[in-house]
Amino acid sequence: MAMKFEKTADGSYSLDVKGYVCPHPQLYTKSALSKMKAGDLLKLLFDNASSGESIASMCDKEGDEIVEQQTNNGTFVWTIRKA
Amino acid sequence: MQAPALTEAAGTPATAVAVDKTRRNQLWAFAVTGAFLALSLGAMGVNELYVYFTAYLWFGFIYGMCLQYGRFCFSSAFRDLFAVGVPRMLVGIVIATVLFGLTASFVTASGMSAFHAAPFGIHSVVAGAVFGVGMVLAGGCASSSLYKTGEGNFTSFLVILSISVTQAAFVDLGGVFDRLVPASWHASAVSKGLPEAITPGEGVVDQYLAGYVWNQPKATFAELLGLTNESVLGAFVGNLLVGVVLPALAMLVVVYVFWSRKGFLKKRKREGKAPGLAADVAGLWSMVASSKRTAIAGLIIGVAAGLHMFVMKGLRLKFGIDNAAQILTATGHDFGLTVRGTVYDPGYWYVTTQEAQWFGWLFNKLGWNNVDNIFFGWNEGIPNPLYNLAGWMSISLIGGAAVMALLSNEFKWKFPSLELATWALLGGALMGIGARLGLGCNVGAFFVRTANGDVSGWMFGLGMTGGAWLGVRFFKWWTERKMAKEVGLATDLQL
Repeated sequence: MAMKFEKTADGSYSLDVKGYVCPHPQLYTKSALSKMKAGDLLKLLFDNASSGESIASMCDKEGDEIVEQQTNNGTFVWTIRKA
Repeated sequence: MQAPALTEAAGTPATAVAVDKTRRNQLWAFAVTGAFLALSLGAMGVNELYVYFTAYLWFGFIYGMCLQYGRFCFSSAFRDLFAVGVPRMLVGIVIATVLFGLTASFVTASGMSAFHAAPFGIHSVVAGAVFGVGMVLAGGCASSSLYKTGEGNFTSFLVILSISVTQAAFVDLGGVFDRLVPASWHASAVSKGLPEAITPGEGVVDQYLAGYVWNQPKATFAELLGLTNESVLGAFVGNLLVGVVLPALAMLVVVYVFWSRKGFLKKRKREGKAPGLAADVAGLWSMVASSKRTAIAGLIIGVAAGLHMFVMKGLRLKFGIDNAAQILTATGHDFGLTVRGTVYDPGYWYVTTQEAQWFGWLFNKLGWNNVDNIFFGWNEGIPNPLYNLAGWMSISLIGGAAVMALLSNEFKWKFPSLELATWALLGGALMGIGARLGLGCNVGAFFVRTANGDVSGWMFGLGMTGGAWLGVRFFKWWTERKMAKEVGLATDLQL
C-alpha cells in the first residue's frame, strides 16, 4: 500500500490514498489539487471515513466541486472538479 | 430501466451484494451490542454492585457511537485547521466543551461532582505540546484512536498499544535516568512523607510528580474569582461563563477571522450580498453549522459526559462507597489496589490511565515490580483487566464505535503499511509520555478539565495546539516530498 497519484486522461487525475489514516488523505488531496488546473477532475480513493468530512469542508471552502461520491465496503470514491 | 451491474466474480447483481453486506453488518452490530448487554446482565446477576461497572461500560458505548458518528477527533480539531484550513472539528469540540461545561455546572452546583482540579504550571503546556506532536504523527488522539480501532483500523490499534505500553513503562523509569532529576525535586519528593513502599526518592516520574507537580497551584476559575465551586455563582459564572463560554467564544471568533471569514465573504460576494456585521454574524453561524453530524455528536457527548458524572456519583451514594476499590474488595478481586487501598475510578470520562493499567498489570505478572511508583502504587493501582471497571469504558467505546461503523457500512479491516505503523508507534509513544506528564490525555487533561473550569485544562490545550502545529509542519514537508516523487512520474504536472 502506497500513495499513488497519476494522470489518467487529459484533464483527469487519480489519487489513491487507501490505507492511509488522518491527516495523510487530506494533505495529499490538497497537494494534488494544487498541482492541477481549473476544471481538471480528480478521482480520489480513500478508506479513512473521518478524512472525508475534512476533504468535503476543504473543497467547500476552496470552491472545488465534489461531482460524485460513492461508498463501497468502506472505500470512498469521490470525483472532484478543481475550481 | 437500466439493468443492475453484475459483479464479475459471482454474476450476482451488485445491488443484491450491497444489500447482503448491509444485512451482515447489521447482524454484527446487533451481535456486538448483544454481547455487551449479556456481559452487563451477567455481571449484575453475579453481584448488584456491578451496576457501577455497567454504568462505565454503557457511557463508554455512547461515547464510541458519538465519536464515530461525528468523526470526533481532538487531533483533527487542531491539525485540520493548520493543515488544510478546516475548522469543522474545532467547532465541534467547542460545542461539546460548552455543553459539557453546562451539564457539569449543574452537577457541581448540586454537590454531585467527583471532579478535582489538577496542578497547573508550565508543565501543563509542555506536556500538552508533547501530546500534540504525538497525536498528529499517530493520526489521531487517544479517544479517536479508540473509536477508529472500532472501525477495524489496525493503525489506530497500534496507537493504543503504543500509548498503553509507553505509559506503563514510562511511569517506572529510573536507574541511570534518575541522574537527570533536579536535586530540588528529589528533596521535595522525599519530604512528602509517602510510604517507603513507594520509594518516592527514586524514579523520574515519581520525583517529577511528588517533587514538582504536587507543589504547583490547583485552581478552577471559580476559585480564582474567590467563589466556591459548589455555589451557583461559582459553578455557573466562575467555571462555566468565565472558564468555558468566554474562552470558547473567543476561540470561535479567532478561528472565524483567521480561517473562515475570507472564504465566506468571497462566497457572499459571488451571491451579490454585501459585507458588514450581519454578514460576519452569518459567517460565524455558518462555520458553527458547517458539519451537522460533528455538531450533533458534540452536543450528545457534552450532555452525556455531564450525565456520566451525575450517575457515577449517584451510584457511589447508593452503594455507600467513594471508590471502586470497595466493590473489588467486596467481590474478592482486590489484587492490584494501591497502598491506600484505592483503585483508579475517575467518576467521569477518561481514556489513557486505564490503558496504562492493563499493561501495568501484565508487566507485574511477568515479574516487573512496578507497584513501587506513585502512578501505579499510590494513585491508580493495577487491577486485573477483567475487573478494571474504568477499563471497560475504553473497551465498550471501541464496541460502540464498531456498532456505528457497521450500521453505516463504514467498518473495514485496515492494516498499516510500515510507514503508518512507524508513525503510529512513535506518535502513540509521545502521547503516552505527554499524558503522564500532563496527568491525562486530550479527554482527561483537556476536555474534562476545561469543561469543569480547571485552569490546567486550557494550559494543556495551549500546549496541544502548539504541538499539533509542529506536527503539521513536519507532515506538510513529508507529504510534499512524497508528492514531488509522484509528480515526477506523472506527465503534464509541474511543481
